[in-house]
Amino acid sequence: MLRLVVRRLLQLIPTLLGLSVLLFLWLNRLPGGPASAILGEKATEADVVRINRALGLDQPVHVQYWRFLKRIFELDLGTSTQTGQPVWDEFVLRFPATVELSLLAILIAVAVGVPLGYFAARNRGGWLDVTAVSGSLVGICIPVFFLALILKGIFAVKLGIFPSYGRLSTGINATDVTGFAVLDGILTGEFDASLDALHHLILPSVALASIPLAVIVRMTRASVLEVQDEDYVRTAESKGLKRSVVRGRHVLRNAMLPVVTAVGLLTGSLLSGAVLTESVFTFGGIGSFIWTAINGRDYPVLVGFIMFIALTYVLINLLVDLAYSLIDPRVRVH
Amino acid sequence: MSVATKTDKIQRLAELAATKETATGASLWREAFRRLKHSKMAIIGAVIIALFIVLAIVGPYIAPYSPTAQTWRGEVFPNRGEFVGARGENWFGLDHLGRDLFSRFLVGARQTLLVGIVATTIGLIIGFVIGGLAGAFATLGGDTGKRIDSVIMRFIDIMLAMPSLLLAVSIAAVMGQSLTAVMIAVGVVQIPVFARLLRGSMLAQGTSDYVLAAQSLGLRKRRIVLSQVIPNSLSPVIVQATLSLATAIIEAAALSYLGLGNPDPAIPEWGVMLTQAQRFFDNAPMMAVYPAVGIIITALGFTLLGEAMREALDPKLRG
Amino acid sequence: MSLLTVDELTVTFGGRGRKESRAVDGVSFEVDQGQVVGLVGESGCGKSVTSLALMGLLPHKGVTVGGRAEFDGTDLFTMSPSARRDLRGRKMAMIFQDPLSSLNPVVPVGVQVTEILERHRGLKGGAARKEAAHLLDRVGIPDPTRRLKEYPHQLSGGMRQRALIAMAVACAPRMLIADEPTTALDVTIQAQILELLKELVDQEGTALLMITHDLGVVAGLCDQVNVLYAGKVVESAGRRELFAHPTHPYAHGLLGSIPRLDSPRGESLKPIRGSINDRIAWADGCAFAPRCDRYEMGCLTGTPQLTEPRAAGHQVRCVNPVLDDAKAEEVPA
Repeated sequence: MLRLVVRRLLQLIPTLLGLSVLLFLWLNRLPGGPASAILGEKATEADVVRINRALGLDQPVHVQYWRFLKRIFELDLGTSTQTGQPVWDEFVLRFPATVELSLLAILIAVAVGVPLGYFAARNRGGWLDVTAVSGSLVGICIPVFFLALILKGIFAVKLGIFPSYGRLSTGINATDVTGFAVLDGILTGEFDASLDALHHLILPSVALASIPLAVIVRMTRASVLEVQDEDYVRTAESKGLKRSVVRGRHVLRNAMLPVVTAVGLLTGSLLSGAVLTESVFTFGGIGSFIWTAINGRDYPVLVGFIMFIALTYVLINLLVDLAYSLIDPRVRVH
Repeated sequence: MSVATKTDKIQRLAELAATKETATGASLWREAFRRLKHSKMAIIGAVIIALFIVLAIVGPYIAPYSPTAQTWRGEVFPNRGEFVGARGENWFGLDHLGRDLFSRFLVGARQTLLVGIVATTIGLIIGFVIGGLAGAFATLGGDTGKRIDSVIMRFIDIMLAMPSLLLAVSIAAVMGQSLTAVMIAVGVVQIPVFARLLRGSMLAQGTSDYVLAAQSLGLRKRRIVLSQVIPNSLSPVIVQATLSLATAIIEAAALSYLGLGNPDPAIPEWGVMLTQAQRFFDNAPMMAVYPAVGIIITALGFTLLGEAMREALDPKLRG
Repeated sequence: MSLLTVDELTVTFGGRGRKESRAVDGVSFEVDQGQVVGLVGESGCGKSVTSLALMGLLPHKGVTVGGRAEFDGTDLFTMSPSARRDLRGRKMAMIFQDPLSSLNPVVPVGVQVTEILERHRGLKGGAARKEAAHLLDRVGIPDPTRRLKEYPHQLSGGMRQRALIAMAVACAPRMLIADEPTTALDVTIQAQILELLKELVDQEGTALLMITHDLGVVAGLCDQVNVLYAGKVVESAGRRELFAHPTHPYAHGLLGSIPRLDSPRGESLKPIRGSINDRIAWADGCAFAPRCDRYEMGCLTGTPQLTEPRAAGHQVRCVNPVLDDAKAEEVPA
């Protein structure tokens, strides 16, 4: 087990190094070069010269790259041109909101998607199956930000059931402990703050959950259909086992294996979707921040974010592999 | 036994045998096509795609008004939240600049299709070359080949580790804001998908008996790859290309929502139209709904056809 | 009275828009208490489908089962599904062809054995585990307590089949159905598994329905043999009688296509030409006619009936049976 972790971590190194090279090249290719990347588009000629010297742009390329790498390792991702704060600090401040949103989204997707996919497969060709399959096909085709807009327009603006923006209502007293609003409320006993935060989370997380939900439904369905016809399910039936045992232990357990992998990959890709969803709901997580960074050409933030998100993505994949090796004994041995 | 009765016997036997269904020697694709014709999903998908293509071709010619003329400029007041909805002379109503939305919708189909096709083609071609090389090295290149393959795949992993949206944002940032940038960005995002798919498919083919047989016959490796392995690995790639057309159209819309789309608002494109409309969503939701529904239905068409093809080609899903 | 009586069993696939195909076309046979009965034929002759129909393991949709099957005094096909579930694993059990795919890869072998003990014998926890270890030991798996914790992929092919047999005999069933239990195994292991089956059947007085294409298995194990062709029994006889006087041209051909050490030098094997796909519908005549050397016009006048042209109890479905004993085979020991 430990060997697997170490080996996978070692495999990360070339991937991340390669990514840093690409980022470095990208930064140098930006219109105006890294100087304007750091200073923004309003930089004067004098500023550019000064920055170029300060950055050692008169040095050979490999020296420049080495410095770039060193800065990344020191978590020195530069300063945001919009807020004037260090990029790393901005991330740390906003990360919990996005994690909260993504976790709730994936929770919704799994909690709804797995049972729906399972029962669709069990009643193949029935009305539930047809609805689930066509629903998920349509779900994949709806742009996330449009769904977010529609949800907001109906449930927040028209019906007023949910708040239309932000993480907390004004006037709610919330003490910041971990940055996770729902968790903070529970920790400090301010349950009204927790509920309020949850209330704010629902619409954006439903919008964000749409694509993972569609994928999980289809995946679970396909997987259950495949496992249902396996020889070992027939063996279980031949033993006269109770239906619940056959379905739980022999069908569902095996059918979940590919779904676990998919959930991991989807969690990674949620971060992109969060950029779109958060911007619609002005949610105040990393997503909204990146959206303004893109529009304001805040390159230090973008570089930092890409590196950051790639690392998250890779780590999530690692977790998925480990989780997988725990459920599937065939992987464990290798 | 006389000759006549013997012929009789054989003839009678042949007649009876002919009434039975005989095993068809149809190729995988012919078989798949036969199944596609009976698939509701495939038919609906194909009809949607056909309508969309027709719209993209004839749209600009049948549009009742100019898509760019602000003819009814005096009737809409975005600042006061006053818009004009569907009416007799403007079937879809007016946009925030007083232009006819229906005309813009008709003309916009072409750009949307163009973005999807160009982006997918970019992803397909580059992904095909990379994946094909990796697959060829891995299957027939021996140990050195395997090493080259693993280097190529590491590169693909790096691309996959970048969230697609941000990869697109980075490319658009380098290239500046243009429709070309969007097409390239969306296309580049698809590269690793195609590369992995083709390589995986080739690896599966590489261990099959006929490749081993071809090798033992002493056929040249390049010939085995080009004439045997690649043609037999194509079906998942073709399926993916169909599905990618849908993703490309949606991703392009997302990019323009992020402000990286076509900066020239004069050329209507559904993604751009949707992005412009979202600012006025609370007062004039239909302005966003028309292009959005256009995008959703088109994407659905490609998705339906792609999924139906996947099902038709997958032996496990048959029956 | 026999333990299992199968009467005119039919299994039809398809329907609902699709072309129907009849996999089992009126099969009748009996299995007595403690008897070993063989169902022999090429793949596609309907023998596996017959066994699945008897166990009630065919899919519910798109399959129609007709005819009667009486087991231990009750009609299997009119039973409630839950009664059938109670029967399976307890009174009738099955062993499958491919031991690897027939075991759940992500559930320890031990659980796969104890679950049947929990279900039918009410054993729980430690008692169930103890009995499971005993069962594994009985089917010849060394170090059973350790094996219980292992997963199927950690066992060898022979071990897996032994584990499956352990599950099948866990509740001392009245009848065991074995569907090609040795086909997926190495030759040396095959003999061991057959030996084990024979031993278990002899000890417990369990009846065994042996589904196989392998005449060697039949020769070594079965008391009574039913030869199937295209979904119908074409010949049914005791083992000795069948090997001595194969009378249906198909059975005759099957025996003639086995290499024998004692056949004269230079004499060639006589394979049956064509494949099972070269057949005609039973309603039109004998399905084997297109492959038959003895085929004549009379073969095409409706379904041939079972007759006893040679000896009482030796049934043959043929209008032109092989009655000369020129090529009689030695009776295997």
